[in-house]
Amino acid sequence: MITHPTAQPPGQGLRILIADDNQSDRMILQAIVRREGHEVLLATDGREAVEQFKQHAPDIVLMDALMPVMNGLEASRAIKALAESDLVPIIFLTSLQDAESLAECLDSGGDDFMSKPYNRVILKAKINAFSRMRAMHAQLQRHNRQMLLEQQVAKTVFDNVAHSGCLNLPNIQHSLSPMAVFNGDTVLAERKPDGGMLLFLGDFTGHGLPAAIGAMPLAEIFYGMTSKGFSMEEVLREVNSKLRKILPVGVFCCGAMVELNFHNKSARVWVGGVPDVYLYRGQSGQVERFASAHLPLGVLDPYEFDPHSLDVVMHNGDRVFLWSDGIIESRNPADEMFGEERLNQVFARTDHPDRIFQAILDQVDHFMGGSDRDDDITLVTAKMVDIEDIGMTTYESSKGSIGGPVNWTLSLALHEQSLAAFNPLPLVMNLLMEVEGLRPLGGQLYTLLAELFSNALEHGVLELDSGLKTGPQGFGQYYLQREQALASLSDGSVRLTLTHRPLEIGGELIMEVTDTGSGFPFADFGDEQPESDPQPSAQWDYSGRGITLIRQLSDELTYLDGGRSVRAIVRWPRN
Amino acid sequence: MTVSAIPSDNGREMTIKITGRFDFSSHQEFRQIYENASPDIKVYIIDMCDATYLDSSALGMLLLLRDHAGGDHSEIRIVNCNEDVRKILTISNFGQLFRIE
Repeated sequence: MITHPTAQPPGQGLRILIADDNQSDRMILQAIVRREGHEVLLATDGREAVEQFKQHAPDIVLMDALMPVMNGLEASRAIKALAESDLVPIIFLTSLQDAESLAECLDSGGDDFMSKPYNRVILKAKINAFSRMRAMHAQLQRHNRQMLLEQQVAKTVFDNVAHSGCLNLPNIQHSLSPMAVFNGDTVLAERKPDGGMLLFLGDFTGHGLPAAIGAMPLAEIFYGMTSKGFSMEEVLREVNSKLRKILPVGVFCCGAMVELNFHNKSARVWVGGVPDVYLYRGQSGQVERFASAHLPLGVLDPYEFDPHSLDVVMHNGDRVFLWSDGIIESRNPADEMFGEERLNQVFARTDHPDRIFQAILDQVDHFMGGSDRDDDITLVTAKMVDIEDIGMTTYESSKGSIGGPVNWTLSLALHEQSLAAFNPLPLVMNLLMEVEGLRPLGGQLYTLLAELFSNALEHGVLELDSGLKTGPQGFGQYYLQREQALASLSDGSVRLTLTHRPLEIGGELIMEVTDTGSGFPFADFGDEQPESDPQPSAQWDYSGRGITLIRQLSDELTYLDGGRSVRAIVRWPRN
Repeated sequence: MTVSAIPSDNGREMTIKITGRFDFSSHQEFRQIYENASPDIKVYIIDMCDATYLDSSALGMLLLLRDHAGGDHSEIRIVNCNEDVRKILTISNFGQLFRIE
């Protein structure tokens, strides 16, 4: 709804203060002003003028420059200060003629001056002109107040949408100025059901509401899909196609996304249109850079978009740094840019890795000195830690159904074309989370299913050698092979069969995953391995099939049919 | 900052020359140039030899021009970029959409 200001016609019925110590001048002016239909207030010196202003808030002031007690210059300074952001035009009445004195009248806050003797026609015209200016000023102020109000509301909505993630975890540090959302910057982080984490930093083109508005659907998609277990590629694909669809041409989002896997200590990095993402090695202090390899989000049509990321092995204490161009492009009063060289110096010189984040902010601040910020300093960093340091994902379902389905079987077979194009885990997890008793086990079930499914797909159907995954090169190599094998897959399928049934107390979930591969010698993995595993995390490495983990997460684990089929059982409540 | 347009003799090409900072302030000017261009113009050349800097709004304007000139079928060349300008075009991978020379 648009409200129109109820503006009075300019120049009609104003309240005008006349301050003049000369009685005859006061009377002449009063007569002229009254005849034009205005209300008149009178003051005989500067102090009275200020008092009258405080009490009656006149619209325009006619002020004699030279007055006893307090002169006109002082009084006008006082009135301008009292008026704050309201426009109260002050017209000086003066017999002074020299340029310097007239200029002084304007410098002290006067808006115009009039020489004695008064000319009625000119005085009337000036009052009208200032009245128009007052009306325009008032309208601008209304618009400005309205805009601030709208931004406040928009920011509240945005905060509710955007701050539902996990930015408060101890291994994340971020800097985002309170109004940065209206500069189009956004930082998001969310846990995956398996305990992993997705981190996103984005920078929309433009400023103000148009830039902020795109961040909302982005945040919704990011949180929704990440917490349901969709992969980073799928999240990126969806964000890109959504932004492409809703944003006008020329508005897009530069950004970087990083997925951290705390189990197998790895990261995937996608950079589209923001400066290099840095990977800081805690041990050596070396920095590895990931340059932008993609167009920003929202530019390309869905079929052209490339969500491929780079894989990298991480160690505890390694950190990723994501930033918008605000840091590198910060300028000092001499208009020089902060630049990459200074940024690299911060990394080289900071004595403790935990202090790098703050050191960057301090150095940029120091560099900029008093110069204006033309872009916000948006920065986020996350550290590789053990999953125990940040805890597993707490799985909450907002659908408060009681009990849910307890007695059912689902069988889903994915054939070659679907295996490359579809991730069944979010779908299956959605069903599992309908079962009330399984909800607290969400993270664990996701991890279990993800491991069973990827073993069946990668080692069963695609026949990839898990031994490849040792070492940094091999890890990337492995994913490259996986991609190629998936693209050229002509035959093969994976079948998931899930059965849930109630027991006397609680219930049990039976998960069977069967593939069309040639099986594997599962006995080598010690099917009869003793229950007590001294160091579970050490047993987990890239090359194992995560069998130690799978065994820990399930109550029963059985390999069948020469390793082509596996059955895992989880019972609840877990003790 | 200024934007000026120089149509070529054969009437099929237009050179748009950018001077100074290429940012949101030139939005109106830039848009008017290509919207008023003759429909015979098939090739656009963005001459950056006097451009000192471009921001993300400028990237947005280039995308608008590309859309106007036929999207995937457009022919737009960006020439004479200084190091800063080239860096920004590289980071945003605009080489996938424009010919940067």
